[in-house]
Amino acid sequence: MTAHEMAAETGQHGIIQMLGVNKWFGEFHVLRDINLSVDQGEKIVICGPSGSGKSTLIRCINALEEYQRGQIIVDGVPLTNNLKNIDAVRSEVGMVFQQFNLFPHLTVLENLTLAPIWVRKVPKREAEETAMYFLGRVKIPEQAAKYPGQLSGGQQQRVAIARSLCMRPKVMLFDEPTSALDPEMIKEVLDVMIELANEGITMLCVTHEMGFARTVANRVIFMDRGQIIEQNEPEEFFNNPQSERTQLFLSQILSH
Amino acid sequence: MTQVTDTTPQDEGERPPALSVGPLGWMRANLFNTWFNSALTILILWILIETIPPLLDWVIFSAVWGDVGPEPCRAGEGVGACWSFIHEKGRLILFGLYPSAEQWRPMLVMVLFIGLVAASARRELWSRNLAYAWGIGAVVMFVLMYGGVFGMEYVSNTQWGGLPLTLGLSTIGLVVAFPLGVILALGRRSNMPAVRSICVVYIELIRGVPLITVLFMASVLFPLFLPTGVTIDKLLRAQVGMILFAAAYLAEVVRGGLQAIPKGQYEAAESLGLGYWRKMRLIILPQALRISIPPLVNTFIGFFKDTTLVIIIGLFDLLNAAKAALTDREWAGFYMEGYLFCAIIYFVFCYSMSRYSQNLERKLQTGHARR
Repeated sequence: MTAHEMAAETGQHGIIQMLGVNKWFGEFHVLRDINLSVDQGEKIVICGPSGSGKSTLIRCINALEEYQRGQIIVDGVPLTNNLKNIDAVRSEVGMVFQQFNLFPHLTVLENLTLAPIWVRKVPKREAEETAMYFLGRVKIPEQAAKYPGQLSGGQQQRVAIARSLCMRPKVMLFDEPTSALDPEMIKEVLDVMIELANEGITMLCVTHEMGFARTVANRVIFMDRGQIIEQNEPEEFFNNPQSERTQLFLSQILSH
Repeated sequence: MTQVTDTTPQDEGERPPALSVGPLGWMRANLFNTWFNSALTILILWILIETIPPLLDWVIFSAVWGDVGPEPCRAGEGVGACWSFIHEKGRLILFGLYPSAEQWRPMLVMVLFIGLVAASARRELWSRNLAYAWGIGAVVMFVLMYGGVFGMEYVSNTQWGGLPLTLGLSTIGLVVAFPLGVILALGRRSNMPAVRSICVVYIELIRGVPLITVLFMASVLFPLFLPTGVTIDKLLRAQVGMILFAAAYLAEVVRGGLQAIPKGQYEAAESLGLGYWRKMRLIILPQALRISIPPLVNTFIGFFKDTTLVIIIGLFDLLNAAKAALTDREWAGFYMEGYLFCAIIYFVFCYSMSRYSQNLERKLQTGHARR
C-alpha cells in the first residue's frame, strides 16, 4: 500500500480527497468506488481506454459533473449541492478542456481578465497586467488583442491554460489537452505544461502522452470501466505494470 | 528516388482567358451559362421592358402634382398618379386625428426620435450619456405629444395617430418586450421545473392566438374584470397587449440562439467560477444574441408592421390613417397613391432596420469561421 492509498483510507491530508465516489449516467455506472487523495504539488497523470471514466473523474473535482455517492473535498471544502461551495471550489481549481472552450466573442486579453475582474473583483488594470504576464509565460503575448478564432489550435490551448492561471488556482485539471491538436502543435502545449509542473502547482492530467507522464508525473493512474485499476510512480508503472488490463492497455498504446 | 520541385512559379504573362473575366465573363457565367438560363434572362428582360416604362410614366411623367384639388386627377384618371391627394391628405396620413394646428409637435417628436435612433446606431456613441439622452428624450417626446403644459394645448392620446403612433407603439413595444423575451427564453431552458413550466405555458399560450385576439382581449375583455370606476388607458392596454405578444415570439428566437451555443462555453464559464447570471450575461447571451440577429430583426420588422392592428381599438396608425383619408368623398378612389405612400414609409423603416442589422452582424463577427 502506497502512502497515497493510506492517505485516502484515513481521509487525511491532501488538497483533493475523493472517498468512495460513485457516479451513474442514468443506468451506466461510470465511476465505481473511487478513492483518491492528491497532495499539494503532486502531478498526476490519468490514463485508460476511452469510456473508462477518467474525464468524468476530473470533471467531478470542479463539479462539472455531479456524483451520487461518496465525498469529494477540495482544499477543505466539501463538494455538495451547495452552490456557494461549488463556486468557491471552482475559483480555486483551473480547468483546461480538450476543445479549448475559449470565449469567441472576446479578445484573448478579455478572455483572460474576465473571471479575475468579475469573480475575484481584481481592478481591470491589475487583471490586465496579470493576463499579460501569463500570456508571456505561455509565449504568446503578441496575440493579446486578437480573437480566439484567429489563432491556431496550439495557441488557443495555450491561451486557455493562461486563462485558468489568471485565477491563480491551487489545482489545475487538464482534460485531454492535446487530443484535439494537430501533431506539430502538441509539443508547444506540452512544453508549457511541463514548465508549469516544474513550478510546483498541483496538477491532474488526463492524457495519452506517455512521454509527458514519464517526464512530469509523480504518479500515473490507470482507469478502466470506472475503477482505478492501478497507480504507481511512472517508472514502475511503465516498466512493471501489475494488472493484466494495464499491461494490455500499455501494449496497445506503446506498440507503435 | 526523390523528386523536388522547388522553383518559384513564374507569374508573368499568364492571364485567364478573356471571356472568363470582366463583365462579359460575368454575364457568360451567370446569365447565359445554360440554354435554360439564357431563356430566363431574355424573358425577364422582356418583362422589365414591358413594365418599367409604364410604371415610371404613371408614377412620375403623367402624374398630377401639387395643390390642385381632385379635378385634374379625375380628368386624367387612370393615366397618371394623383400626388395632389398626398399633398392634400399627407398630414392626415402622417399624424392621424392630431389637431392640425398642433401638428408641429408630433413632427418635432419624430425628428427627435429619428435623431436619437440615428445616434444609437453608431456604436462609438454608445455610452451612459446616450442612455441619459434617451431618458430625457422620452420625457420630452411624451410632453410634446400630450401637451397641457408650457401653453401647449392638451391632446388626449385617443387623438394620436399616424406615423408617431406606429413608431411609438413598436419602439416601446420592442424595448420592453426584448428583455422580457430574453428572460422567458432563459426560463424555458431553466433547470427549475416550476420556472420552466410557467415560461412554456406563457409562450405557447400567447403564440397560439393571433395578435388581434390579444388586442381585442386587452381592449374589450380586460376592462370587464376591473372594478367599476377603475379604467386603464386604452392606448396603454393596447401597448401592454403588444408587449406580451412580442415577448413570446422574441423568447423563441432567443432560445434558438441559446441552443446553438456549445456546451463547452457553459462549462468554461462555470469552471472559472462565474455564477448563473454572470455566465449568461457575459458569455452566453452575447454570443446567442449575435447569432440571433437575423431572426430577431425579422421579428422586429414583423412587429413594426403588426402595430397596424391597433385599428381594432379605434386607433389610427399610419395605414389606418391612410384608409381614413380615403373615406373623404371628394378624394375617393385614390387607393394606389395612398397605399403606395404608406408602403414607401414602411419600406424605408424596415429596410433601414434590415441594413443596420447586416452591418451589426459584420461588426460583431469575430472569426467564428475558424474553430
